Amino acid sequence: MTPDIDEARDEALSAIGGAETVADLERVVADHLGKRGALAVLKKGLGAIDDPEARRAAGASMHAARTTVEEAVEARRSELAGAETERRIAAERLDLTEFRTEGSRGHLHIVTQAWQRLEDVFLGLGFSVAEGPEVETDWHNFEALNMGEGHPARGEFDTLFVDHVPPGGRLGTTLLRTHTSPVQIRTMLTQEPPIYVVAPGRVFRRDTPDATHMPVFHQIEGLVVDRGISMTDLAGTIEAFTKAFFGAGFTSRLRPSYFPFTEPSAEFDIQRPDGSWLELGGCGMVHPAVIRAGGLDPDEWSGFAFGFGIDRMAVMRHGVADIRDMYVNDIRFVEQF
Amino acid sequence: MKILLSWLNSFADFADPADEAAVASIAADLTSLGLAVEEVIPMGLGVDGVVSARVLRVETHPDAAKVRRVWVDAGDGAERHVWCGASNMAAGDLVPLATLGTSMPDGRLIERRGILGIDSEGMLCSGAELGVDDDGSGILLLDPTADPGQPYTAVLGVEPDVLFDIDVTRNRPDCWSHLGVARDLAAKRGHELRPPSSPFARGGEERSVPVEILAGERCGRFTTTVLSGVRVTQSPAWIRRRLAAAGMRPINNVVDVSNLVMLELGQPNHAYDLERLGKGALRVRLAAEGERLMTLDGVERTLQSSDLLICDGDDRPVGLGGVMGGLDSEISEETTTVALEMAWFASRGVMETAARHSLRSEASARYERGVDPYVIDRAIDRFCDLLAESCPDLVAHPGGADVRSEHLPEVHRSTPLRLSVLDRVLGVVLGPARVTEMLAPIGFDVVGDGPEVTVSLPSWRPDSTEEIDVVEEVARLHGYEHLGRTVPRADVFGHLTPAQQRRRATREVLVGLGISEAMPSPFLAPGDLARAGLEGDYLSITNPLAVEESALRTSLRPGLLAALAYNESHRRDRVSLFEIGHVYPPAEAELPDEAEVLGVVLAGREAPAAVAVWDELCAALGVGAQLDQSSPGAGMHPTRSATLRAGRDELGVVGEIHPEVLAEFGVSERVAVLEVRLDVLLARGERVPLAAPVPRTPSSDLDLAFVLDDSVPAERLTKALRQAAANRLVSLELFDVFRGESLGPGRRSLAYRLRLQDPSGSLTEADISSIRDACASGADRVGAVLRAQ
Repeated sequence: MTPDIDEARDEALSAIGGAETVADLERVVADHLGKRGALAVLKKGLGAIDDPEARRAAGASMHAARTTVEEAVEARRSELAGAETERRIAAERLDLTEFRTEGSRGHLHIVTQAWQRLEDVFLGLGFSVAEGPEVETDWHNFEALNMGEGHPARGEFDTLFVDHVPPGGRLGTTLLRTHTSPVQIRTMLTQEPPIYVVAPGRVFRRDTPDATHMPVFHQIEGLVVDRGISMTDLAGTIEAFTKAFFGAGFTSRLRPSYFPFTEPSAEFDIQRPDGSWLELGGCGMVHPAVIRAGGLDPDEWSGFAFGFGIDRMAVMRHGVADIRDMYVNDIRFVEQF
Repeated sequence: MKILLSWLNSFADFADPADEAAVASIAADLTSLGLAVEEVIPMGLGVDGVVSARVLRVETHPDAAKVRRVWVDAGDGAERHVWCGASNMAAGDLVPLATLGTSMPDGRLIERRGILGIDSEGMLCSGAELGVDDDGSGILLLDPTADPGQPYTAVLGVEPDVLFDIDVTRNRPDCWSHLGVARDLAAKRGHELRPPSSPFARGGEERSVPVEILAGERCGRFTTTVLSGVRVTQSPAWIRRRLAAAGMRPINNVVDVSNLVMLELGQPNHAYDLERLGKGALRVRLAAEGERLMTLDGVERTLQSSDLLICDGDDRPVGLGGVMGGLDSEISEETTTVALEMAWFASRGVMETAARHSLRSEASARYERGVDPYVIDRAIDRFCDLLAESCPDLVAHPGGADVRSEHLPEVHRSTPLRLSVLDRVLGVVLGPARVTEMLAPIGFDVVGDGPEVTVSLPSWRPDSTEEIDVVEEVARLHGYEHLGRTVPRADVFGHLTPAQQRRRATREVLVGLGISEAMPSPFLAPGDLARAGLEGDYLSITNPLAVEESALRTSLRPGLLAALAYNESHRRDRVSLFEIGHVYPPAEAELPDEAEVLGVVLAGREAPAAVAVWDELCAALGVGAQLDQSSPGAGMHPTRSATLRAGRDELGVVGEIHPEVLAEFGVSERVAVLEVRLDVLLARGERVPLAAPVPRTPSSDLDLAFVLDDSVPAERLTKALRQAAANRLVSLELFDVFRGESLGPGRRSLAYRLRLQDPSGSLTEADISSIRDACASGADRVGAVLRAQ
């Protein structure tokens, strides 16, 4: 019987070798290893062999033949699958450079970008972010900041007034805030010291727009109120901010100036690595009258405040030639950043 | 404020104007004192190549009527010929000649140029061309007794000088004078300050111009001094030069001295011709409503009852108090007797009058800020001193008036100073001795010792009234640059509030969706809101720059639509913009109903694009709202828009802009829009999701299609299906909407895929069948009919 088995095995091996696809191969498997395959038929005949010795020998041959065929199937299957994968991969070729795009992501306004960068630096220095309304009362914008009615410094703000009349109040006492400083008052009135906040926001002046001025622009205000705060803390904080925001090669200086709501008052300038100076903003020790307006005792609490323009940070960083360009909302400008 | 170094040097030997390093050090000290030097302008250096030249003869040329031919000797004996357009020179005059190759201050280069073929060997110069004065009408005539061939500056006696342009802050009225600046600088640099003048001896009989102050709250002090023997003439050269260098035009000796005293001591003053003062007296009173006065600048002013007038004894107005004199009583060439006024006016009244009449004068600028009420006596002496230089017969009569009201600031003012406060505010310990030593030279005298001392406040520092003012003086003189640097350490940590974090997340989501941020102006033209279909009240700016920017927006849509129109007109369509900004609707409250709003406009897109943006935001922020299509919102496309409602809150609108509004704004594309109250969304408490076990049981999908009338929102059917499938529902997707003739008009088919799962076990056919039935009957209640599979 063994020659029959060998013949069936060889036929199967030959068919396996001839299979060109995995599907062909599966058909070959069904034909040769299936229930009606030659090997199966021969296996059924094993029982009819009377001689136990011969039966055992035939059984061993049968087993060997099946094993050989199955191994051949596996080998061929893996060969064919690999070839098929290769064919598929070859057929699926893509030129990825055909699919490049400009990116469809939108663009944040550069003032927002500057605003968030400033916030991030001050968050790192331990400050939180305070907010306040853009339409303000005369009291918050001027009076509480040590600029009572008729104070000469009020004239420098070119205030825009709003025709809102508070109940029981009068016209001319509601305005568009001229600076973010009213947030100092609102923060002191609502928050227990220690206060470490910055207040970025939109501010308004009756300024005719030109290359460096807009009637609507943005400032960031800083306020610290705590026990034992001194001018050295102000100078150190300004210096820390300068290095954190502009870079390690930058340094700062304070020089005397005047603001009604701080005393001593200072301008702070930034020195660039090339030695040139940039006037950045105003600062000072919070005036005792302002601390009192904030509902606190100036003998217990002292503090400092500072403020400067956000728009200018954006203008400087991106080399914007005309500040008005930032407010045209021309998508060809917006998309650049 | 323009400050001349040579003038400062008259108070102390500060620096040689020719020494650049010394000048730079002065400028640095001034800036360190808070007197920010904005510009350092070298003066009196002259124009190289311009020399004195003797005029030999002047001729005209028949073919060139407008110019003269001038022959000059520039000191070398050679005759040079120049053409000259001026005609004020004659033989024997000494004139400045710009020789060939001279570069003039205006940029001209003097070259050999000809007229009618005859060359000119240089140019004769006017005072204006050389920057000596502002006279450009003729050639500058130099002292004829001087020699030709010298630099013209040597003939003029002009020496190098430096002009500092100083930005004087509002709190330093004393520095609107050379004396004030010199005082600060001397204190900083350790110089002794020389007084500017000694008392001027009075002479002759007592003469007085009586003064009556009827408005004491506006005028605290008014003095008059009678000066006789006045001869109105040109000022001495040094006075003219000094005034011109400080930027003031020399006029005559009396006016020049008046100005010089003001620039030197900060005391405005006025010289009247005594003969022209009615009854030889002066009265200070408020104007009558509508009263008129012709001021020195030749403008007739109509006054209000809050304007302060100086009147003569006949009650005829002769000046606007503290602002400007009247034209009638001005001194003239015939004047021989002067009534000199030196007065102190309260700052606020002057400020208001100057603002009301748009009349800013040197005097008003000083009174507005605050003049030293007690520098008057010294200023009178100085005035006499200087005028005597050109009027040898000048007599200052005794018996002048000095009338004061109770509103004159006290001469002696003081404040307590706690040294502990000084140390705390400055962060450095200076000690009482050092503080006393620093303050004395600027007139802040420290009295007493111990933890609290008394500091006297000088009359020229009206800004200084309290302890903190003295602290600032100490800081200034110590030098801010010498303070240390520390960083405060407190038990606080910097953080964004949840709302601020969510605002940033909102921006990130929108940018991720391809939408860019715009910042339109919050100021609109009065009709803009109506053009956007948004009727209703809005607030206005009462003093706008332009009426087109006077309305405060109640919606972001007008600004965003204008931005789209702009981009479309520049060939950029399908632009997507968002804005996060405030709106300011009116309210019966202390302040308007200001709110932070998000606006999104998607040009060239239809309403579903806006709904998709809203859904992305809802997912990112964990918020939600009902789309109420029964109220599409003003200015919105009526059949493609919805109001967003969350409970009782109306959050905003989503959909498309009304075609008529688009036409109004000149946008030709469709515009999908979302406008929503961002402050409300940000304030929603952040929900922290708790972990739920992921079910391990198998899930099944159930596809169901319904026919529903167009009038019923799909959302109602969706909600019904959710309720029907209840806790077996994992997810639900509306995957197909179909309209067609087979369904009949006004109806559509909505196909949903429900993924179902039972966390406790496998769903059987019976389970699914019962869910299908529940869905069918739930749908039936909203008018939807389940289509046969």
